[in-house]
Amino acid sequence: MLKKILFLMVFLFTFNLLYAKDLNVGFVYVGPVGDGGWTYAHDLGRQEMAKLPFVKKTQYIESVPEGADATRVITNLAQKGYNLIFTTSFGYMDPTIEVAKKFKNVVFMHCSGYKTADNVGNYFGRMYQARYLSGIIAGSMTKSNIIGYVAAHPIPEVIRGINAFTLGVRSVNPKAVVKVVWTNTWFDPATERNAADSLLDVGADLLTMHQDTPATLQAAEKRGKFVIGYNSDMRKYAPNGFLTAPVWNWGVLYKEIATQVSNGTWKPSSIWWGLDKGIIDLAPLSPKIPSEIVKKVELEKRDIISGKNKIFVGPLKDNSGKIVVPARKVMSDQELLSMNFFVEGVQGTIKK
Amino acid sequence: MLDIIIDTTIRAGTPILYATIGAIIMEKSGIINLGIEGLMLIGALSGFYFTFITNSLLIGFLAAILLSAAAGSIHGILTTYLKANQIVSGLALTMFGTGITAMLGKSMVGENIRGLERINTVKDIPFLSPVLNQDIMVYISILLLLLIHFFLYRTTIGLNLRTVGENPYAADNAGINVHLYRLFAVVIGSGIVGLGGAYLSLVYTPLWIENMSAGRGWIAVALVIFSNWDVRKALIGSYLFGGIAANQLRLQAMGTNIPVQILQSLPYLFTILVLIISSLKNDSTKQNQPESLGNPYDREDRV
Repeated sequence: MLKKILFLMVFLFTFNLLYAKDLNVGFVYVGPVGDGGWTYAHDLGRQEMAKLPFVKKTQYIESVPEGADATRVITNLAQKGYNLIFTTSFGYMDPTIEVAKKFKNVVFMHCSGYKTADNVGNYFGRMYQARYLSGIIAGSMTKSNIIGYVAAHPIPEVIRGINAFTLGVRSVNPKAVVKVVWTNTWFDPATERNAADSLLDVGADLLTMHQDTPATLQAAEKRGKFVIGYNSDMRKYAPNGFLTAPVWNWGVLYKEIATQVSNGTWKPSSIWWGLDKGIIDLAPLSPKIPSEIVKKVELEKRDIISGKNKIFVGPLKDNSGKIVVPARKVMSDQELLSMNFFVEGVQGTIKK
Repeated sequence: MLDIIIDTTIRAGTPILYATIGAIIMEKSGIINLGIEGLMLIGALSGFYFTFITNSLLIGFLAAILLSAAAGSIHGILTTYLKANQIVSGLALTMFGTGITAMLGKSMVGENIRGLERINTVKDIPFLSPVLNQDIMVYISILLLLLIHFFLYRTTIGLNLRTVGENPYAADNAGINVHLYRLFAVVIGSGIVGLGGAYLSLVYTPLWIENMSAGRGWIAVALVIFSNWDVRKALIGSYLFGGIAANQLRLQAMGTNIPVQILQSLPYLFTILVLIISSLKNDSTKQNQPESLGNPYDREDRV
């Protein structure tokens, strides 16, 4: 009898080992967890994942520069026995692939890149869907029909966001224009503040931004204008003017990946989740938004989730009036990822 | 429109002006300080922190002066009494300032304070209203500039300080305490640099985020050379750099077709131009650079 019990225990133990592998999870962050933006959002996701029973330990290394330093940090995590490692900035792509070659039994997940390997997958979110929804709110709330957009760098990710936002604006208010000012920096509160102020000075009565600091929100609040944030719920910087913010909710994805790795079903792939999975969303809407607009946003959200509204659907004109996407054609993910034109309604320039 | 441009220029130039004035005082005594960026951050964080806990902007600004002066004194002592390499020590100060403010400032990220407001003296007078409706710190920066100029060129202590920067051996022979003068210049200068940082976190964008000076300290280091070690020219340099960097955003908002990159490189092109012109003049009396800038002083050295 005792033998049987012992056998059973050993069996259960190995079963457990095989089928619910304990995880030590490492994270590499590009900024400080206190940035209130990009890295902060990732860290909220980490904390959510850490509550899973088979996640024994999580560890993050913050403010890791992209490049050679990243290789060292990732290698170090792998050596220390972390068997699932998330690297959360575009510039970590090649270091991640390189380190992954040496640690075949570790699973690596890289955020916002495009490369995969036997033990490397990548992931990102369709932030443009939330941008579109925030555009509907902006288009409905503007009175001057001029909306200001403080944008960091002219890269596809940012351009896609501006375009989706503008399509949202124009879906409810075809007369409104979106003025774009490039700051050419992710992170410089004074410059962002200046950009925001100059947009307000040319008549914008609503601002949004793709930056890592809340300076734009402060600028709008100061002048009593509305503002839509980004990354995380930034309403404390603009208690009166804050309408909403497209936000990241990485916890959903981190829990799913950890579960897959733990039970052995994980396969390398490129994940690009959207509103349907809840990885992106809008921060709770301000009570200042009229209820019919709230309802409209909810309906649109349902259509995006069901796939009825794919947002980037032809006919799409660029901002010089030329048709770039013919009628009824849906832009492919590949095209979305390399987007380099402004849609009609955007006032600004992209250097080609 | 012009009014707005003048207004933007003054506001964007002021933090750089403080930092440049501070750096000039130090260099006049013969000490190069590459730690300006770090000092600005220390000023920005201490200003924000003390305003946040005491609710008084005055205490915030004072704390910014005191704490960055204290941090600057490390550089001062190292480069005078301990004869350390000024470049290395200055760079270390920037790294120290960036690191320590990031660490100590964590709890301040996301906090709110009421920033310094403008004074509204006149309404809608072209050219005058943007000049007269600034915040008090703008006027203090101009006052400080005049005061420092007077101090350097019209007082004995100022003369002594310049002598220490030009020829510390002669100064020592004349009974001037070289190390003490240099330390004094670095401490005072660092305090003024700290005010530049505090201007960012208490006036311009009233918030704290690590590394929020975003390279303005380095611009100040370059502006010292641009202004030929003359605090009056520092005003022109700061407004020029701050103004162009800020107003190119305005041009974008207005919808010009000039590429952003060209606009953003304008201040740098201008610097090169000024350097070429000043070197063409080639008049040694016009060269204001302190003769012994960057050299540690040791009484027992052979000259």
